[in-house]
Amino acid sequence: MYQLIVFAPLLGAIIAGVAGTRFGSQILSATLSKIITTGLLFLSAILSWVVFMGVGFGDSPDQTIQLFRWMEVGDMKADWALKIDTLTAVMLVVVNSVSALVHLYSWGYMSDDKYQPRFFAYLSLFTFAMLMLVTSDNFIQLFFGWEGVGLASYLLIGYYYKKPSANAAAIKAFVTNRVGDVGLALGIMTIFLMFGSVNFDVVFAALEGGADTTLPFLGGEFNAIELIAFLLFIGAMGKSAQFVLHVWLPDAMEGPTPVSALIHAATMVTAGVFLVCRAHPIFELAPFTSGFITTVGAFTALFAASVALVQNDIKRVIAYSTCSQLGYMFFAAGVGAYNAAMFHLFTHAFFKALLFLCAGSVIHALHHEQDMRKMGGIWRKVPWTYGAMIIGTLAITGIGIPGSYTWGFAGFFSKDAIIEAAYSARGSSDAAIFAFWIGITAALMTSFYSWRLIFMTFHGKFRGDQHTLDHAHESPWNMRAPLVLLSLGAIFAGAIFHKYFMKDYGAFWHGALPGVAGDHHAAISNTLYAAAETTASDATYGKYESKGFIDWLLFRPVHGYPFWVLLLPLVASVTGFVIAYFMYIRGSVQAKIDHIRETGGSPLYNFLLNKWYIDELYDATVVRGTRKLGDLFWKVGDVRIIDGLGPNGVAKFASGAAKRVSKFQTGYLYHYAFVMLLGVAFLILVAFRGTTGG
Amino acid sequence: MFQTLSTFLPELFLALSASLLLGFGLSKTNDRSVIVRYISVGVLVVFAFMGYVLDRPDGVSFSGLLFNNDFSDFLKAIIGLSAAAALMLSKNYFQKESLDRYEFSVLTLYAVLGMSIMVSANNLLAMYIGIEMQSLALYILAAFNRDSLRASEAGLKYFVLGALSSGLLLYGASLIYGFTGSLDFETIRASIALTGPTTGIIAGMVFLLCGLAFKISAAPFHMWTPDVYEGSPTPVTGFFAAAPKLAAMAIITRLLIVPFGDIIGQWQQVIVVLAVLSMVVGALGAIMQTNIKRLMAYSSIANMGYALVPLAAGTVAGVQGMLVFMTIYIITVIGVFAIILQMRLRNGMVEQVSDLSGLSKSNPGMAFGLTMLMVSLIGIPPWLGFFGKLFAFVPAVEAGLLWLVVVALVASVISAFYYLRIIKTMWFDEPNREFIRAPRTTRVIAIASILLVIPVLILPGLSGAALGLADSAAQALFAQ
Repeated sequence: MYQLIVFAPLLGAIIAGVAGTRFGSQILSATLSKIITTGLLFLSAILSWVVFMGVGFGDSPDQTIQLFRWMEVGDMKADWALKIDTLTAVMLVVVNSVSALVHLYSWGYMSDDKYQPRFFAYLSLFTFAMLMLVTSDNFIQLFFGWEGVGLASYLLIGYYYKKPSANAAAIKAFVTNRVGDVGLALGIMTIFLMFGSVNFDVVFAALEGGADTTLPFLGGEFNAIELIAFLLFIGAMGKSAQFVLHVWLPDAMEGPTPVSALIHAATMVTAGVFLVCRAHPIFELAPFTSGFITTVGAFTALFAASVALVQNDIKRVIAYSTCSQLGYMFFAAGVGAYNAAMFHLFTHAFFKALLFLCAGSVIHALHHEQDMRKMGGIWRKVPWTYGAMIIGTLAITGIGIPGSYTWGFAGFFSKDAIIEAAYSARGSSDAAIFAFWIGITAALMTSFYSWRLIFMTFHGKFRGDQHTLDHAHESPWNMRAPLVLLSLGAIFAGAIFHKYFMKDYGAFWHGALPGVAGDHHAAISNTLYAAAETTASDATYGKYESKGFIDWLLFRPVHGYPFWVLLLPLVASVTGFVIAYFMYIRGSVQAKIDHIRETGGSPLYNFLLNKWYIDELYDATVVRGTRKLGDLFWKVGDVRIIDGLGPNGVAKFASGAAKRVSKFQTGYLYHYAFVMLLGVAFLILVAFRGTTGG
Repeated sequence: MFQTLSTFLPELFLALSASLLLGFGLSKTNDRSVIVRYISVGVLVVFAFMGYVLDRPDGVSFSGLLFNNDFSDFLKAIIGLSAAAALMLSKNYFQKESLDRYEFSVLTLYAVLGMSIMVSANNLLAMYIGIEMQSLALYILAAFNRDSLRASEAGLKYFVLGALSSGLLLYGASLIYGFTGSLDFETIRASIALTGPTTGIIAGMVFLLCGLAFKISAAPFHMWTPDVYEGSPTPVTGFFAAAPKLAAMAIITRLLIVPFGDIIGQWQQVIVVLAVLSMVVGALGAIMQTNIKRLMAYSSIANMGYALVPLAAGTVAGVQGMLVFMTIYIITVIGVFAIILQMRLRNGMVEQVSDLSGLSKSNPGMAFGLTMLMVSLIGIPPWLGFFGKLFAFVPAVEAGLLWLVVVALVASVISAFYYLRIIKTMWFDEPNREFIRAPRTTRVIAIASILLVIPVLILPGLSGAALGLADSAAQALFAQ
């Protein structure tokens, strides 16, 4: 069954890719290719849920299935294997469910595309690579999957290969990911250097022994475990678009929208989070790197949310939102709440895929218009999409009843879990308290930009041309069905799975993620609840005495936290909604657009609109620097020195000499005879020199 | 007497056949050129295999004038076959140009007879007779199209310069005779062993080598080659490029190994200089050529340079390497000329490289074949040309002539340019004119040659046997 889950998408990819495309002769019709890939994906998805139920709640054992040995070079042994535990099972569910729904959705979205089998083959190929990544039992297979999803991402971003911007975006994504991959590869090599193995179990078992080793790296001595953790995290930063290496993700929106939903929201970009969780024993022993992860994650959450505030492209808003949510997951992992990170990954997959698919539905309805300034007031035309989008927005902004743990949308549970985890860790890590306040701020921004998107798209007056509005239509059933299913996930995923991911972690995770705080970890807790118990017994909150209503409201301990900690995210969220409401429902959107067009916008507005000028900064430093260096090597090193003295120099000499040789060939007989006699004289000289001199 | 007869049988057969055919062709009533050609080809093939069929009748004949051994047998086989191929190639050409005369075939037979004597010569006089017999026939062949100014000029140039080289040769022979008192190779060797390399002997040897270097068109005695190659009728050029080169190379080898085998210190320098000059001149000279026959002339100069490289080593492996290289070169060059002969438009032959442009579109088969041959000439593995160069250069490296091999490799790289230019012209330039369909014989020979240079076909079965033959030939020379 496990093999079937992993290899069904590959089978689909091969069938659709080889038989369905014009790559060979097109044997299968496009429809048949679509049926095969989508069918196999649904099979995979259903089986994934069965596995998830079995491993997470039933009594299916954690196990590793060896398929066959991949490489064996000295001590370097790597298998193709399927490692099945709760962590894998969660990822299987996320990947296959979203992928299956995206396959189905693409039937409608891509219906007027000419090369659909290729598209579906890529999607299935991506799914297979992602499954290889999450089922790996060693770092090498993980790296294979890692690169496989990178390849599929490249192919899909550049799917409209006739569009120069799509090609540029694909290359940008690929190159930026290479930077991260160098880190990951170096990390894996360091692991092999330290422990002589790349197998997860072997490496994690040997970690304690290597805790005090130092390794020289880039001229300095570093703690080996810190170094490994840091290098692995660089890889994760690239794949998960964390600040510094985030630049590719917004541009990746050049790909078709279903791709954005599958790869750049729900699955591939979460691979970095998965890596950190999978390798949590390493990160637990690396307090410095964990602090770094917390800081980077928190900063990314803030940075991306701030940029999303002012973007006008509907997909880019959601892309930055993804970037920001990934920041949340990382700072959760950084403070040691790996289960909170995985929980947010899980719920986020549903509501972010939902948001993207809704955006796709809007774009589809408006003839590929993506600029929100040219939308507005279309909710009557696309009621299903509108409803689903509202649900997605409620989920991402984290609406729910604080303290109840029963009532709330998916994001409410997981995001609050993260913020609370950061709060619990405040005692031992400065990064954690930074992350906590950033988390609250980002939540406010999240709420604002999400509602702004809704208001600009669905409310007010339509700002595009009338013709487009007249032809606006609700999407077909095969696009609506995924929206409905994902809406269910966005509503209930948090409430249902909260207690398993967070509360009964022992029974659910059984060892895949840490249950109790490690001694070496910077954060005081590895789980929210372990921490909560500690905090609850704390003197301050243990002997709570009411000092009036306000005090009761804010400082009453609930689940071991002062109540204001639970309340604050919701307050932030509602505040964001209110601001957005006043700006975009009570105020005129058109007036704002006109104002910005006339004045050019305030400096802060432009700063955010241009994404903090990060791209420009990279262009001025890295890109131009590299290009100059390349120019130097090319124009001076290669052209002048290597070519000039080497091939071209010799060629020039040869052609010059050739002319001279040809000049000798006069055609006159006496010249020829003269040269012959000269030759005789010369050779006699040579022969005698050989006698006397030699 | 009987031994003389048995070892001389191939030459005797050739001489009798040629004379009979000469008489047979003298018919007033009808043109017998076609039938004479077929018979001549048959005679040449029989001649080629006679040595091996008769179980290699080794030994001296005519009181030591000739000495037949494995070395001569091997060379006769190659010479006979390549002459037969060249003769077949000439058929269509001469018919189209209305030049077909039976004398052509007969002259070819006489030339081959001369070569045959050359490769078994064991005496300076026998060697001279062989060379002259061959050369006289070749002079006439060069000017065979006597109504053409170019051909006549080529023949005349060839003749005058050939006479000069004969002079050098005879002068060298007389010097050797004067200082050693003998014309017999083995006696000369014994005499040199006694006296050591005296001035007269060295001078005589250099004169001999210069005379022979003219025959293999090694620089600086190469000047006639481009003019003669260009001026002669194309099948004649094809013939010139193959068999006579091998015969002359063989007699040089024999001279160096047998009479002068003990004074390698004196001749090694000379051979090295000839090799280097030939490779450089051949590689550079061809770059400027636009006529494909002139280009092939420079190519052959360069290839003679390569062939001299292993010879400079003066070892068994060196001689074997030379034989292997020359054999492969001859196979390739016959293929190239078979293709050049297919460059025919409605109104006649063309010879410019630019005429080949766009051949891949107008005649893909021919373009593919010529590409194979060019790639083999460049020496890219796995084509046969690579192995030729490999066998040629390894003995030189082993003999410590590393820098000579480096020069050879640089020359190979430079000459790759003009071979590649031909390939480029065929595949990437716009087609201009279409050649008319080539006759079958020409195509068959081209295809055979192309198949031979693709070594996957001959490596397993043939190469072992062929290498064995070359090896026994080289061994025989040293055993003498």
